[in-house]
Amino acid sequence: MLWEALTLQLGYNATLVTVGAALLGFAAGVTGTFLFLRKRALVSDAISHATLPGVGLAFLAMVALGGDGRNLAGLLIGSALSAWVGLLAVSFLTRRTRLAEDAAIGAVLSVFFGFGIVLLTVIQSLGAGRQAGLEDFLLGSTAGMLRADALLIAGGGALVLAVVLALRRPLTLVTFDPDYAVARGLPVARLDLLMMGLVMAVTVIGLKVVGLILIVALLIIPPVAARFWSDRSDHVVLLSGAIGAVSAWVGAALSATAPNLPTGPMIVLTAFAIFALSLLAAPGRGVLAAALRQNRFRRRVHMRQGLLALAHGQPIYEGLTLRLLQHAGLVRPDGVPTEAGQARAARALRDEARWAELRAGPGNEAAAALHDGVRDIETVLTQDQIAEIDRRIGGPRGVPG
Amino acid sequence: MGADFVTLSLTPILIGALAAVACALPGNFLVLRRQALIGDAISHVVLPGIVVAFLITGAVATLPMILGAACAALVAVALIEAVRRLGRIEPGAAMGVVFTAMFAGGVLLLEQSDTSSVHLDVEHALYGNLESLIWLDASGWGSLTDPVALAGLPPELGRIALTLVAVALFTGIFWRPLALSTFDEGFARSLGIRTGALGLALVVVSALAAVAAFDAVGSIIVIAMFICPPAAARLMTDRLGAQVGWSVVFAILSAILGYVLAGYGPGWFGLGASVSAAGMIATVSGVILALAAVFGPRRRGAIVAT
Repeated sequence: MLWEALTLQLGYNATLVTVGAALLGFAAGVTGTFLFLRKRALVSDAISHATLPGVGLAFLAMVALGGDGRNLAGLLIGSALSAWVGLLAVSFLTRRTRLAEDAAIGAVLSVFFGFGIVLLTVIQSLGAGRQAGLEDFLLGSTAGMLRADALLIAGGGALVLAVVLALRRPLTLVTFDPDYAVARGLPVARLDLLMMGLVMAVTVIGLKVVGLILIVALLIIPPVAARFWSDRSDHVVLLSGAIGAVSAWVGAALSATAPNLPTGPMIVLTAFAIFALSLLAAPGRGVLAAALRQNRFRRRVHMRQGLLALAHGQPIYEGLTLRLLQHAGLVRPDGVPTEAGQARAARALRDEARWAELRAGPGNEAAAALHDGVRDIETVLTQDQIAEIDRRIGGPRGVPG
Repeated sequence: MGADFVTLSLTPILIGALAAVACALPGNFLVLRRQALIGDAISHVVLPGIVVAFLITGAVATLPMILGAACAALVAVALIEAVRRLGRIEPGAAMGVVFTAMFAGGVLLLEQSDTSSVHLDVEHALYGNLESLIWLDASGWGSLTDPVALAGLPPELGRIALTLVAVALFTGIFWRPLALSTFDEGFARSLGIRTGALGLALVVVSALAAVAAFDAVGSIIVIAMFICPPAAARLMTDRLGAQVGWSVVFAILSAILGYVLAGYGPGWFGLGASVSAAGMIATVSGVILALAAVFGPRRRGAIVAT
């Protein structure tokens, strides 16, 4: 069942939903990356909650005009308008008053959402039959989705994606260095506005699939996960898009396999699983890699200090140091150095003396700055430079046995 | 404004106002510390907490659910901190990752478990059920002195009043250290105030207020009351004491006006049923904030070069 869902064999409608969701996920991941790098991830939370009054008002307007209140395009236009008002309110509160952005975001999201709930109850009281499941917009629902709706979502996702990819250069510049972007003559304010417009588009398109409470997750989690794998913005953007697409694809497919698996939460939880995996296992920035790195460094420090102690003829009491030396065959179990141990100890002492000479004298500050107590000087200086140092400090001295 | 009012409206208004003040008090410090969205995060993660408590106990009982919600809030705070430190991610994004995932988990659990027979759903968590907290035993204003009728008060009233007392005590006792560490953390630390522990205590108290208020009024009011009254109060004055005073006034005003508008407002437009009180209270608090943002005497703040 799951395999059929993942490979799009569950019928036309499920396929349409899955592909549409994946396109939406890609667009959200790519757009969200710029928002994340600009450190304004939670603005999307205000935007998404601010869509609710628009949905309610659009429904009321369409019913008042004698139409069908459930027309998805009409509802989405309404939600876009009210999200725009919410965005303006956030920027008014941050620019024209002393309130910080987080307070403005929280105020807008709670007030707009509250007002939206009021409108939903008004619609409910107008006649239960016509209420038309507007609550689906809270948590998303792909169950009764029409073909036209799915096409609208897929088309919208593709459009957003095209705009972001076309403008990724200036957007990247603005996110990393707004001052430099101004100096280059880029319209920073307008690009910021465009970025918010794109976020709004993703939100509105995602309302039906993921729902307005969870759509922020599609904008935030993929870029955060992608950031673990690369330091290059191009790669992060594409990777984030891919993570968004995979999450949406897998989530929508999982949700199609059983009745009690709502689409929005499944997509978000898939994305979170990818995030957790990235946090743990990514090379470089991942937790596991960092732990390994730390452990390796620790062993090298112990090894080095143990060898220096041997070189100075001092007894070693520290457990880990002894184990490491013994494991490498450098000391006997009673703590007496083997021949190999004496040789390594002498080399360590020599290395230390060379470092000391290098750091004492002028002229090699760049190389001397690399001293961290475990690095061999051969990896930093050329043979000629080492010979020059040796000439100054004299030949090797013996090591007490 | 007679017996009907006491039976149907007095307790919801009281509970709404107490919940609003309980959230607005710590909200003042959260807004000043730029942690306003903590309330947003906490009110989202409360959902998985109560669902897990329901799955464990198998019944809609208040105490386990409050405990579950409180645990979930603490887990969320710990997770946000862990993600922020381990992944070196900015706090906003870390918060976004954690609370959306936990909320999604809560929704999924709710859909998977058999809750159709009990009153537990996402809408309930969002809107609360303020309108249903009526005082059936009351027959009029005289009931306020009648011990038999008083025993029939909704239990939410006692709980939220207790929470408010706890929150007010915390704010009062730690007023000076809280104020110092909010405005100048370095100076506070040099005086020997443990700012880290104090910050955590503030978050825990906020979580407590959020959970208790959530139990009575749903999460919309919680988020709105954490932010809107303090933010509006911030635009009225430069002094912390006055700000807290204004925020309490705004919170009570929002609760009363919101409830009255929701209950009686639709009737003025010829609509039969009432609208969501929780939503209306949030809306009124937003209107107050909007007025403060346009007319507030201190809306621009001190002149600083930014």
